[in-house]
Amino acid sequence: MSVLVYTESDQGKLKKAAFEVASYAKEVANQLGTTVTAVTINAENTAELGNYGVDKVLTVSADNLKDFNSKAYASVLQQAAQQEGAKVVVVSSSADSKTLAPSLAVGLQAGYASNVVAAPTNTSPFTVKRTAFTNKAFNFTEINSDVKIVGVSNNAFGLVENSGAATAESFSPSLDDSLFGVKVDNVDKVTGKVTIADADVVVSAGRGLKGPENWGMVEELADVLGAATACSKPVSDLGWRPHGEHVGQTGKPVASNLYIAIGISGAIQHLAGINASKVKVVINTDPEAPFFKAADYGVVGDAFEVVPTLIEKLKEFKANNA
Amino acid sequence: MKILVCISHVPDTTSKINFTEGDTKFDTTGVQFVINPNDEFGLTRAMWFKEKQGASVDVINVGGAETEPTLRKALAIGADKAIRVNAEATDGFFVAKQLANVAKEGGYDLVIAGRESIDYNGGMVPGMLAELIDANFVNNCISLEIDGTDAKAVREIDGGKETSTTALPLVIGGQKGLVEESDLRIPNMRGIMMARKKPLTVVDATDAGKETTAVKFEKPAPKGAVKLVDAANIDELISLLHNEAKVI
Repeated sequence: MSVLVYTESDQGKLKKAAFEVASYAKEVANQLGTTVTAVTINAENTAELGNYGVDKVLTVSADNLKDFNSKAYASVLQQAAQQEGAKVVVVSSSADSKTLAPSLAVGLQAGYASNVVAAPTNTSPFTVKRTAFTNKAFNFTEINSDVKIVGVSNNAFGLVENSGAATAESFSPSLDDSLFGVKVDNVDKVTGKVTIADADVVVSAGRGLKGPENWGMVEELADVLGAATACSKPVSDLGWRPHGEHVGQTGKPVASNLYIAIGISGAIQHLAGINASKVKVVINTDPEAPFFKAADYGVVGDAFEVVPTLIEKLKEFKANNA
Repeated sequence: MKILVCISHVPDTTSKINFTEGDTKFDTTGVQFVINPNDEFGLTRAMWFKEKQGASVDVINVGGAETEPTLRKALAIGADKAIRVNAEATDGFFVAKQLANVAKEGGYDLVIAGRESIDYNGGMVPGMLAELIDANFVNNCISLEIDGTDAKAVREIDGGKETSTTALPLVIGGQKGLVEESDLRIPNMRGIMMARKKPLTVVDATDAGKETTAVKFEKPAPKGAVKLVDAANIDELISLLHNEAKVI
């Protein structure tokens, strides 16, 4: 009857989003008066989950799960949910979790609400608040099925420390060959750099930077802040930056705590994709740029002067506040 | 190869989002509806399969009669025929079940859906559909090649991309990258004329429960005015981000 949470890892290391969904699951468990069971796949240091309220961890270690596989991963979670008699399953908004959750929903005959931004507002009927209309509105969704799946938006609930035993228990689901109809040939992934999905801070730049050769300062600013780098659509269309960095309605969604936009005018399609970010800073030479209407803080000025100053001042700030 | 492209009928990105009936319904007054952008990338890729590999392309939508102009637009872009399942698309699981019935009956090899619609942003229909029709599934698909029954797909992952090999029948959750924005097609007059003559079949929805209900909508609280910081006073910006916004 416990709340089940899928705590994702990357190269064996639990992701920040794993701790956030664990925090969320603990809140749901408190509301329902039950415990939290996490599922990890090929992850190490699962005891850390105890700090966020996890009571038990079902650890899965399997070679055939080394690469992500939507159906196989969904099957692992389905079997875990059934073993635990879970009525609520919590997942993150990572690319992988968003991919497996619909399969899991079919397997468990469960209603699934994605992009959930707050703890359930009611447990009967089970009601959650989620974003809709590409961050232009919220909707309250009731999940009416017996088993419910909640996909928590990145950085929406935050990390909440709690104590839990996080007792590890090895879990060996049976995985039929038929689940492996998609075979991964190659993963091309930047290592050692925070991803847009996982980042607390995203530094994004647009056509105002005039050319790809000027991205050094964007990367340096991102380094200082431990941020991910992103770009506007025209920049990826022009080939100045890789497509994977494009954020906006048709690119990657951003829900960071801080979003810094440099030389981006703020077209509505761009804003739609980044609006879930909590604090937005815009740096632009044009005081009429629409982004200023959507931002919390703004600097009207030349990026080539403002950004280097910002980098220097931030370095001082970090040195003084380390 | 028989391709089915799922088309969501969504408000144009620039639409004002308002609600009526005590914030329980989306207010469609004055709203222009379009093909969901993620679906349009998929439809355009399907056109490529049609022209280069002789595939047939049907389009489908779950919705009321008001969604037909959007299906006609897909026909004008070049789809062969359209199917509308006559039901209100309020729950992702319900929609996936309706699509699954048609997809199974039609014996489609490839189903292309957008990774999410820009109205409800559920992002669940493609994955559910794949599960329901027992097809392979690639989400966030940015490249797709088909050779016979073999498929090679690239999906966007957090921090990079992943290439995989799979086989038909296949469902993809597509997005930009399948084709580029510059590849999107604006229907020409000939296409629009032909679309009028192409079949648009209306089928009844099957009885399926709704696992979720959107009970109420809410608009975000109005945002305060931007705080402008002088370019010569970046210290103030850092202080605001640290002390006021508490994000650094």
